[in-house]
Amino acid sequence: MTSSTFDAVAAILFIPAGAAAILAALPNYKMTAVVNVVASLLTLLAALSLFITERPAPGQYLLVDDLNIVFIVLNTFVGFTTSVFSASYIAHELETGRLTAPNLRFYHAMYQIMMFGMNLAFVSNNIGLMWVAVELATLTTVLMVGIYRTHEALEAAWKYFILGSVGIALALFGTILVYMAAQPVVGAGTNAMVWSVLIDKAAHFDPALLSVAFIFLLLGYGTKVGLAPLHAWLPDAHAEGPTPISAVLSGLLLNVALYAVLRFKLLLAASPEAIGPGPLMATMGLTSLIFAAFMLYRRRDIKRLFAYSSIEHMGIIVFAFGMGGPLANFAGLLHMVMHSLTKSAIFFAVGHVAQVKGTQKISEIRGLTESHPGLGWALVIGVVAIAGLPPLGIFMSEFLVVSSTFARFPLLAIPLVFGLLIAFGALLLRLTGLAFGEPRGGTAPVEASYVPMYSHLALVFAAGVYLPAPLVAWFQHVAGILG
Amino acid sequence: MNGLTFDIAHLLAGSLVLVSFMMLYQDRLFALINVFALHAMVLALSVAWQAYIQDAHHLYITAAIALVFKAIVIPVGLHRIIQRLGIHRDIETAVGIGPTMLAGIGLVTLSMVLMLRVTPEADPLAREDLAFALSIILLGLLVMVTRRNAVSQVVGFMSLENGLVLAATGAKGMPLVVEISVAFSILIAFIVIGVFLFRIRERFDSVDVGALDDYRGERQ
Repeated sequence: MTSSTFDAVAAILFIPAGAAAILAALPNYKMTAVVNVVASLLTLLAALSLFITERPAPGQYLLVDDLNIVFIVLNTFVGFTTSVFSASYIAHELETGRLTAPNLRFYHAMYQIMMFGMNLAFVSNNIGLMWVAVELATLTTVLMVGIYRTHEALEAAWKYFILGSVGIALALFGTILVYMAAQPVVGAGTNAMVWSVLIDKAAHFDPALLSVAFIFLLLGYGTKVGLAPLHAWLPDAHAEGPTPISAVLSGLLLNVALYAVLRFKLLLAASPEAIGPGPLMATMGLTSLIFAAFMLYRRRDIKRLFAYSSIEHMGIIVFAFGMGGPLANFAGLLHMVMHSLTKSAIFFAVGHVAQVKGTQKISEIRGLTESHPGLGWALVIGVVAIAGLPPLGIFMSEFLVVSSTFARFPLLAIPLVFGLLIAFGALLLRLTGLAFGEPRGGTAPVEASYVPMYSHLALVFAAGVYLPAPLVAWFQHVAGILG
Repeated sequence: MNGLTFDIAHLLAGSLVLVSFMMLYQDRLFALINVFALHAMVLALSVAWQAYIQDAHHLYITAAIALVFKAIVIPVGLHRIIQRLGIHRDIETAVGIGPTMLAGIGLVTLSMVLMLRVTPEADPLAREDLAFALSIILLGLLVMVTRRNAVSQVVGFMSLENGLVLAATGAKGMPLVVEISVAFSILIAFIVIGVFLFRIRERFDSVDVGALDDYRGERQ
């Protein structure tokens, strides 16, 4: 059975890589959109097959374990639905002339390279390879953010590139320090970068060096997670790039960086004398949450609004993982999945809204539920979900985060709940304007595919009402691994 | 012999920090690029010396990349770009030279104190390399934040990356060093020659990032 599993891991990597090569060569944009969707679907199927096939033993470069399967399946699923959304979104952009056919070829090839980079980051067992993969995924998104070549898009891409590079550099320095800490124990060579070897021997590493390494890694990868005060690239990149890219940025790329932080957190937790990673992460998470919650109030651009909401939610997730313990980790993991699904659904809706209204200004979008009921209600459900109202999935995960905070660190629960309420107020305030009242702006019918956004929302709703027992067991198990 | 090899490695890494300092006070683009070429050349020597004393032949590739690509190709390319764009005027430093130098000294002190304290057991050579490398990284960051011009930000980033290469070569037996330096070179190549500067030039007739900054935060 081992050979068949190896195929699954290889498929996750080779399908996107191969598709990127094909897409770069195909001239016809309609066909490229289809190929993009098909490739993403095949990758998703390959990822799902990881559940049933036997896992390979961790090698020097690749690893499949209970933790990363969750990330891979989520990644490929949202990657697939986004490619479906992207097909209808892009067709419209082509009609309005914002993008040209050569742009699209480039766009689709980059999309698959990005998927390749993200999947590689998840399956890599080598901290050097993981760094390279995260870098690759980041660079492709930089290029896609700048694809409209407008003044704003270029500034956003440049800012993203500069801050991203600094993050990349700090993370690499952290990676080198981890190697330095491992080398006396494990011996020089590739083994000292293999995560599954490192985690076994982490207790014998020099704790001071490992602690410093983690700080660099947290700052470096934390830049990509969008943690305040390193978040400056995130709102611009979300607002100025094509909306499918905003959806994958929020839904997926932030998770990739978070995954990297979690891996190193585990390493640090295995070394008893090193500094606790928890307080650092909890502090950064809380800061991001409260900062972003206040920033939500003064947004005038709809994509920027939801970008700040992503910072807020990544703050909650990092806070939950920082607190640690089975319940908080479970909540963090669930929240991450729910946030990815909800936020990408919101961006799908927002993308179509911005297209029919011809603007991203919140003040010029009114009464969506009347002019475009399908889109309007999707946005309403999405925002209600992201604001944390029952019975949707995010309510449940936020509730778990809050209750585990109350149980363990009651004082921390005060700023947490405060931040959540502030953000809640801001989102509902904006939503009433956007969704209800006298319709304003374009009322042209929309050629949207509703399937991606409503399927995401249905999943979020289902998770809020009833989580299947096997899924709960799986998440509990993973939460246990995360310590 | 051991003392001498150590001293030479130390000297080269130390000179790299010194050249980083020289970068801080250059107020003309051409001068900045020339200093960067010197930086890359010292890096190449330092990496080659590491390759020699560690007997790690693959590191010669990294040294060659540093010499050919970063010390020659990139500076020449940047000279051409600057001439063609007609921006060989002064760099607008966002912060004055005095405060920048003081901040630089502070950063070097910080990295020495930090790295030497946390690595008491490491190999002395790797330890010093790491401390110097962190200084170079932080000085590179300082160049990036004190300049507003896109070209000088790229130069700052490249000097930062030189610091990373120094750290990676200092860590004995680290795998993927050559691959990482190749990846970085490709990244820099297509940043420098290609997309961004070209587009920024195309759209704004200026590579001054300050010109992009009038749009900030919110779309009105």
